[in-house]
Amino acid sequence: MVRFLFRRLLSIIPVLAIVSIIVFLALRLGPGDPAAILAGDSATPEMVAAMRAHLGLDQSLPQQFLHWVVQIAHGDLGRSITSNQPVTTLVASRLQPTLALAIATIIFSILVATPLGVLAAWRRGTWVDNLASGGAVIGFALPAFVTGYLLVFVFALKLQWLPVQGFVPLSEGFWPFGRHLVLPTLTLSTIYIALITRVTRASMLEILGEDFVRTARAKGLPERVVLFRHALGNSAIPILSVIGIGIALLLGGVVVTESVFSIPGLGRLTVEAVVARDYPVVQGIIILFSGVYVLINLAVDISYAIFDPRISY
Amino acid sequence: MTLNLTRRRLIKLGGAAALAQSAPRLSFAQSKSRVIRAVMHTALRVTDPLVVPAWTTRNHGYNIYDTLFSMDSKLNYKPQMVETFNVSSDGLTYTFHLRTGLMFHDGAPVTTEDVIASLKRWGSRDPMGISLMAATGELAAVDERTFRLVLKRPFGHVLAALGKPSSAVPFIMPARIAATPPSQQITEYVGSGPFRFVASEFKPGIKAVYDRNPDYVARQEAPDGLAGGKVVKVDRYEWIYISDFQTSLNALVNNEVDYFENPTHEMIPNAEKLGVKLFDYNPAGFSGYCRPNWLSPLIAKQEIRQAILHAVNQRDWLDAQIGDPKYYRSSSAMFVPDMPYGTEAGWNTKADVAAAKALLTKGGYKGEPITLLQVADTPIISPLVDVTAQALRQIGMNVKLVTLDWLSVLARRTKQESGEQGGWDLMHATQAAVDIFNPIINAHVMTVGKTGPFGWPEDEPLLDLRQSFIDETDSTKQKAIAETIQKRAYEVVTHIPTGMFRQPAMHRPNLSGFIPALVPVFWNVEKT
Repeated sequence: MVRFLFRRLLSIIPVLAIVSIIVFLALRLGPGDPAAILAGDSATPEMVAAMRAHLGLDQSLPQQFLHWVVQIAHGDLGRSITSNQPVTTLVASRLQPTLALAIATIIFSILVATPLGVLAAWRRGTWVDNLASGGAVIGFALPAFVTGYLLVFVFALKLQWLPVQGFVPLSEGFWPFGRHLVLPTLTLSTIYIALITRVTRASMLEILGEDFVRTARAKGLPERVVLFRHALGNSAIPILSVIGIGIALLLGGVVVTESVFSIPGLGRLTVEAVVARDYPVVQGIIILFSGVYVLINLAVDISYAIFDPRISY
Repeated sequence: MTLNLTRRRLIKLGGAAALAQSAPRLSFAQSKSRVIRAVMHTALRVTDPLVVPAWTTRNHGYNIYDTLFSMDSKLNYKPQMVETFNVSSDGLTYTFHLRTGLMFHDGAPVTTEDVIASLKRWGSRDPMGISLMAATGELAAVDERTFRLVLKRPFGHVLAALGKPSSAVPFIMPARIAATPPSQQITEYVGSGPFRFVASEFKPGIKAVYDRNPDYVARQEAPDGLAGGKVVKVDRYEWIYISDFQTSLNALVNNEVDYFENPTHEMIPNAEKLGVKLFDYNPAGFSGYCRPNWLSPLIAKQEIRQAILHAVNQRDWLDAQIGDPKYYRSSSAMFVPDMPYGTEAGWNTKADVAAAKALLTKGGYKGEPITLLQVADTPIISPLVDVTAQALRQIGMNVKLVTLDWLSVLARRTKQESGEQGGWDLMHATQAAVDIFNPIINAHVMTVGKTGPFGWPEDEPLLDLRQSFIDETDSTKQKAIAETIQKRAYEVVTHIPTGMFRQPAMHRPNLSGFIPALVPVFWNVEKT
């Protein structure tokens, strides 16, 4: 297990190296020039060139890349071209909203979708199954911005129960923190509830037809124990896989939700940085996300061994 | 049955539902807080008003810095930090005396050393500042509150330069900060203006916070445009950014924010029904323009540029861009109608397709592609491009649209090549009246060629005229020169104004005291 962990952690290095090269080149070779953006409307070519030199963008690509790699090696992700703030400071300031939204979404999705999937499989072909399956289809089909606006319309504008937008840090109290998270979490959860419900249902259907389930029932075990201990436990691998993928996708999925609800998280920071061609910020975030993806996959792999004793590393 | 749910439909649904609420809800719950939360057109990211001469840094600057002179609502330059000034009989020596009680936010008094350092930094970068400094022989302190500006040749716009209302504004900052090279961003945000910048709460791209400066000594006069007493009547002003228009409006209706700077024009009717108030902070308005790339071999021909000028009816641009005639005005005035140098000379704003076709023939046009830069993500600009493309096709031009996001357009427009060679031939953008209202600041008529602003027009007569305008001290003659400049600019087609439009801001009914000041300012605003 230790060797496995060590090997997987080491794999972060080549992943980050490849990602960093791709991101660096994609940003530099794509359209856009931060110097031209910053220089303004009445800037002369001389002013734009001076700005480019000031930002170090007049150096060759290998020189710029080397400079960036050396910076990273020293634990420095550089400074934002636009705000001149350290990238680490910017990322840190946006971390809490994204983490809060991601964690709330995953927890809520698992709590709703897993029992729903189990229920749909247990009552296969009934109205409960049809409702869960139909709901899952709608959940997949509705784009986040439509769900978001509908929820805002009902719960913020019409009922005036919840705020339209924004984020309040936990340090300012749990109630304002929670109130601001409700609608974004519901919005973002829709697709994950749909996804996890369907996978849980399919996995449970397969397991419920197995001999050991029939045996468990024949032994007179309560249905609750049969479903949640025996069947669900053995259905866990595909469900865990999809939750793992879901968490990874969530980092990208928060972008729309953060925009609709004006949440100052990492998703919005990424979009703003890409739009402004703020190279150091984009590079820093992608590197961070890449590392997180690798760690999420590692956590999922480890969880396989916990849920299924036949798996060992 | 399908659910045809578009954003526009959602806006209508939202409006209808909110109207269905009871009367007390329409009047909104009133906040007792003395904090204004304003959603501005974009976020503050860069805080140096000179390094990045954008509207955001300008607006930030007006909060925390003060200016020597300011423009009032009648477009006169009034002393602001200056108490008195006099001009020598030959018009070459200006002596300025600063007001008493001027103090920076760090407690240090404002001295002429700070003023001179700030003016020198500004004068090394801003076009109007460069013009002033080029005419200046000496800029020196007489004492801590008096300084002298001695011109080496006549310059008819000294007060206009010192009171320049928009980017880049000659804000006064402490000498140690003004010593920062103009290519480098300042890192300390100390001014002497009516608000103090709360750096510890600044989140670039999200929120900027300004507290009332309790030590600010406002002028005694009533506020008038950017001039007069800047009395802050709230404790705090929070500048927040919400990227989504609909979310901004929803937040305003739901009492989460107090002010929304740039709603789309189509939002206005429903928002008014919801009890939201409109405020036109910039009565002079905004203008779109079409800019040709003079370095493109096709566009280099004057007949081709003139054909483009005659191809489009200006009202078509405005109808597509704004829609409601209540918010737009057709005008050929390059230096803004109703402003000191506004004149309708040189172009009648109407299309003349026959003339345009004849000019194309005369220019030897043989169906070469003309590349227009289309802006995908800026709804106030993209309709202009569509109208131009259609008009050019109508006169027989081979139009090629290159669709990019706005910031990619900004990068591409720095390329001097033609559209076929990876550059561009024609592009559209918008600008504020306050940035174009005289021939010195209006970059379109700066016709120095390759070394000038994008578009790179080159025209000696226009350059001479602009210099005459700079040197002229008589206002009547200045107006006459400005008119000649405009006629010449239309003759050679430096650019084509696409018409004026207004951009009302929205606010909640419990806010009052807004001042129309060309730029959004928050002094004198009360919240009940």
